[in-house]
Amino acid sequence: MTAVDDRPTAEIGTARRRKEDRRLVTGRTRWTDNIQLPGMLHLAMVRSPFAHATINGVDTAAAKAAPGVIAVLTGSDIADIQGVNITAWPISPDQKTPDHLPMPLERVAHAGEIVAVVAARTAAQARDAAELVDVDLEELPAVLDLKRAATDEVLAHPALETNKSAFWQLDSAAQGSGGDVDEAIATARESGIVIEREYRQQRLIPAFMEPRSTVVDPTGEQVVMWSATQVPHVLRFCIAATTGLPESKIRVIAPDVGGGFGGKLQSTPEEFVTLAVARTLGKPCKYTETRSETMVSAHHGRDQWQKLTLAAEKDGTVTALKVDLMADLGAYAAIVGGGVPVLGAWMFNSIYKFGAYQFNCTTYYTNKTWVDAYRGAGRPEATYAIERLMDELAAEVGVDPLEIREKNWIGHEEFPFTTVAGMTYDSGNYEAATARAKELFGYDELRAEQQRRRESGDPVQLGIGVSTFTEMCGLAPSRVLGSLDYGAGGWESASIRMLATGTVEVVTGASAHGQGHETAWSQIVADRLGVPFESVEVLHGDTQIAPKGMDTYGSRSLVVGGEALVRAADKVIEKARPLAAHMLEASVDDLEFTEGRFTVKGTDKGVGITDVALAAWTGHDYPEGVEPSIDADATYDPVNFSFPHGTHLCAMEVDTETGATRMRTYVCVDDIGTIINPLIVEGQVHGGLVQGIAQALWEGAEYDEQGTLVSGSFVDYTLPTSADTISFVTDHTTSPSTSNSLGTKGVGEAGTIASTPAVVNAVVDALRPMGVDDVEMPCTPERVWKAIRSGGGTQHADTTPAQQAHFDEGAPNQDPAAGTTDGVVQ
Amino acid sequence: MTRITVSVDGVPYTDEVEPRTLLVHYLREVVGKVGTVVGCDTSNCGACTVHLDGRSVKSCNVLAVQADGHEVTTIEGLAVDGELHPMQAAFHENHALQCGYCTPGMIMQAVDLLTENPHPTEDEIRQGMEGNLCRCTGYHNIVKAVAAVAGSTSGEGSGAR
Amino acid sequence: MIPAAFDYVAPTSLEDALAALAQAGDDAKVMAGGQSLLPILRMRLGAPETVVDLGRIEALRGVRDGGDHLAIGAMTPYSDVVADPLVAEHAGLLARAVETVADPQIRHRGTIGGALVHADPAGDVGAPVLALDATLVVVGPGGERTVPAAEFFRNLFETAVGDGELLTEIRVPKHTGWGSAYEKFVRVSHQWSIVGVAAAVRVDGGSIAEAKVGLTNMGSTPMRATAVEQALVGKDDSGLADACAAAAEGTSPPSDLNGDADYRRHLATVLTRRAVRSAMQ
Repeated sequence: MTAVDDRPTAEIGTARRRKEDRRLVTGRTRWTDNIQLPGMLHLAMVRSPFAHATINGVDTAAAKAAPGVIAVLTGSDIADIQGVNITAWPISPDQKTPDHLPMPLERVAHAGEIVAVVAARTAAQARDAAELVDVDLEELPAVLDLKRAATDEVLAHPALETNKSAFWQLDSAAQGSGGDVDEAIATARESGIVIEREYRQQRLIPAFMEPRSTVVDPTGEQVVMWSATQVPHVLRFCIAATTGLPESKIRVIAPDVGGGFGGKLQSTPEEFVTLAVARTLGKPCKYTETRSETMVSAHHGRDQWQKLTLAAEKDGTVTALKVDLMADLGAYAAIVGGGVPVLGAWMFNSIYKFGAYQFNCTTYYTNKTWVDAYRGAGRPEATYAIERLMDELAAEVGVDPLEIREKNWIGHEEFPFTTVAGMTYDSGNYEAATARAKELFGYDELRAEQQRRRESGDPVQLGIGVSTFTEMCGLAPSRVLGSLDYGAGGWESASIRMLATGTVEVVTGASAHGQGHETAWSQIVADRLGVPFESVEVLHGDTQIAPKGMDTYGSRSLVVGGEALVRAADKVIEKARPLAAHMLEASVDDLEFTEGRFTVKGTDKGVGITDVALAAWTGHDYPEGVEPSIDADATYDPVNFSFPHGTHLCAMEVDTETGATRMRTYVCVDDIGTIINPLIVEGQVHGGLVQGIAQALWEGAEYDEQGTLVSGSFVDYTLPTSADTISFVTDHTTSPSTSNSLGTKGVGEAGTIASTPAVVNAVVDALRPMGVDDVEMPCTPERVWKAIRSGGGTQHADTTPAQQAHFDEGAPNQDPAAGTTDGVVQ
Repeated sequence: MTRITVSVDGVPYTDEVEPRTLLVHYLREVVGKVGTVVGCDTSNCGACTVHLDGRSVKSCNVLAVQADGHEVTTIEGLAVDGELHPMQAAFHENHALQCGYCTPGMIMQAVDLLTENPHPTEDEIRQGMEGNLCRCTGYHNIVKAVAAVAGSTSGEGSGAR
Repeated sequence: MIPAAFDYVAPTSLEDALAALAQAGDDAKVMAGGQSLLPILRMRLGAPETVVDLGRIEALRGVRDGGDHLAIGAMTPYSDVVADPLVAEHAGLLARAVETVADPQIRHRGTIGGALVHADPAGDVGAPVLALDATLVVVGPGGERTVPAAEFFRNLFETAVGDGELLTEIRVPKHTGWGSAYEKFVRVSHQWSIVGVAAAVRVDGGSIAEAKVGLTNMGSTPMRATAVEQALVGKDDSGLADACAAAAEGTSPPSDLNGDADYRRHLATVLTRRAVRSAMQ
């Protein structure tokens, strides 16, 4: 039973095909909605159509009389047990936080809030009866626009007497990590360059593919909740903290979960209502939302205004950056909610050496869907702002955008480097990533083509966008979180059980929902313990199987959870060592452990670690003072964040006649430290890229004046398809992280963070000769066309209209698309 | 209730259904083919794609009664005797799935695409998959997987290095 | 996601279908391919008491050569229209437009007749049918009548097909030898048309002898750009821009998230020029 045969010398770095796939490609899956239990009831929610309204009454009589209906419940029916959807991160001691009841009793604060729930024998009966519930809602004035919310003219929550939730500041002079920002700006106004811009981070919808679903079975000793969640452990905590159920009586299971992107990082009203109904009726209940319900009820992302002032010397050396954010929380402070924009605080200075920095963030409530983490969470916003500004600075100075970045970035020899925001970057090499990206992109050739198109007045102009990003991954050192008043730790847990028959059970507190943890974790353990990849079984996503965990978000699973795994594996080896010594009749000090075997130095005597596991299991013969087990647990609390970085280059064609844009080439070279599985990494990058590109070009949650989500289905919330996207060129440079033993940095969000500014920079770059210096996201054809027409985008609406020769019918070189439709995005 | 007989993955099923029952709900809840999933309510996402008489359809956009007397193939009927269909194998080999929720529909549509056009260009693959949304993969590896089955190298050209 | 309950009838002949409609009365809804109807029912934006499914009437499917025209059965799926050799030869514009509808799965189920009667102004079938001067065959309790395409579209989601009537056939005059193109402008591929332009031209000696141009989503119904059609006669490539400048004349396009009316008017002129130029190749 030796374990070392037939395995590659190193699993880490191998493009293992995923273990998870076999089930997923054959449809042998366990999504929450697949679960059927005896006597299970189906729930349908009755939701408010109004953004803000008083609940005068709910008439449930007709619904209760409908076929198959077991119960129709309102907020008052479950008031004592429904719990509260809490926020874990009050960003200031005086933050105003309205109570967020899963099913409010008196007032709804956004369209889509639940006002009644029907439980029936079938889903169809529940839906039919929900249509019969008569809710008497009296509309209240609603505040929908973020800037209007700041005026407090209309209040999202009248009892709070203001829409402002909290203010948070980071000031480099105050914390001693840099100079005085206002002083530096004043100096630049006199003798340097000041770039002042206001950018919009539109509201986005995470749009995971699996709609959320929850099944609650109250019939056992523990109440069991299956839910399509990223955070089973956090969810269990939230339920215990607010519903009166002891934590030990709650088991939360995240079975197969179809994507999250932050959107399933929540304790949701739907989960709490389903729990309350199941407890009330004593029967298993299932609630599966429709996509339209997802769109209006699951939390949204981004939604900020960013006022930015960048100060520089005449040669383009940046001296200061001042950031003023307004962030829309929607109707409630979600679980991370107000903290999401704050996560950007350390990232606006990005890879650059700025002398002074100040970050100000004010959060506001509106009568819209609540806002929380969406892939990147705070860091895309920061990266967008600074990377757009660096392009503006380059234009002002009159140099290539890459040149202005190089002038300001941290040199590879300067690591570790403590930034003006106070973060210590452990490693990186911006020069190497940029050089490689330029080479793959054909940067100089594309610049030459751009010049040709400009000179010929080609209606299809070419733009080149740059984004040299960094991010902070691996949320998070618990002490740092504590200092920020975050309500939990940032550690992660892992257990390794060495089974008697030679296989290894790995239990992780991370909760995968598409990331491929089963595969990557197996690779790490296979290498560390010297067991075959196939022998490792990874268990997760069930609070009874993986009792400790902080779950999966913030590119933390590998960086934090992976390190916990390494430490558990090392403990296994150390626990096995005395047993192995006993078996080999050797001294512990004479043993070496390599490739799954303990050997006695200088001899050919050895024993495999799985043989030690068997010996421990039988317990027939083991040394005194040692327990008969080599299983081990580890909880790892990171000492620092990790800082992946990369250079992304994007070429966009802009059809100046229609405003349509088409991506021509996208190259990214990311430094994410040590790569465990290049295949999985590529996949994360590709998917991240498209989500970031989608923010730049396509997506936006839009409300009408009544507070109805206009882009409330996949018809109007325009997700890109394969036909709208291209194949990407990806590569890597590697500077291992020094803050964890694997040298990993995290990759889940990199593509999303980097790509948005690369794309918008490219669009603006194409149009800059026409006087355009900004296009609001998403850069719809209409917006692009109008920016061209006004010759100034949204920033210089009052500047002189630029050349519009392209729109003079009959002008020469009009239409390169003659005979083809390739000029437009189809 | 209406009595229908539908062949699903080669097995005939006879059931009483309400006329309003969508084919996808019939497959999932009556026949137990939960490999086919629902991702939206507007027929945009394609996660529920199955073959009806050999052609791809969105099973949320067909009534079960319309399938009476017809043949349905789902993702669960694609592998034969435990041997993955080449498209299933290619999705695995090319890492064309992450969370896997869109995957059944993607694979069913990809099979249909190659039935109609055995040697598509990358652009034809991209157009042919336009009725299926994926939020994880950015489509890059899906296109690559379909191209791999088609024996074309069109999806490889600008791919990962 | 679950429609309200309804009764379901699936007649196998036109006569039975008309009888079923007559019996069901006002609250009946005819289902062709169902690709627009079922989403409406699922979202409970409509709740008919009876659905009359035409899917089992084989006589309503297929394309036949009618001499000077093609006779296309109303229940012919989009994908069959696109693949049909007769359509390719004699009514290429229809194929060019229909191949842009929705996505492959929808095109397998959705039907040309269903789209016409549904009459969504952003749908892609109306403009080419209008441009090609098709005649629509409508059958009702009183027998069969024909309606010129120009009189078929009444308003948003409203056509000449009355209660108790069915569209059975689309007769498209042969445009053999005409060039054609459909320019569909969308932000992402699975969207309805923001604007679409259907153009067919007969070129004689390098210049346009006859032109037909239909517009999608430039008003509450598909529209004909008659001023452009007239201006194009006699023009060669160099004269297209001037001739197409009036494409948006007389239109009343909507304003929405994808673009306001002004933008759509501008798009119509650009896309008309491109469609005509492409059709001339």
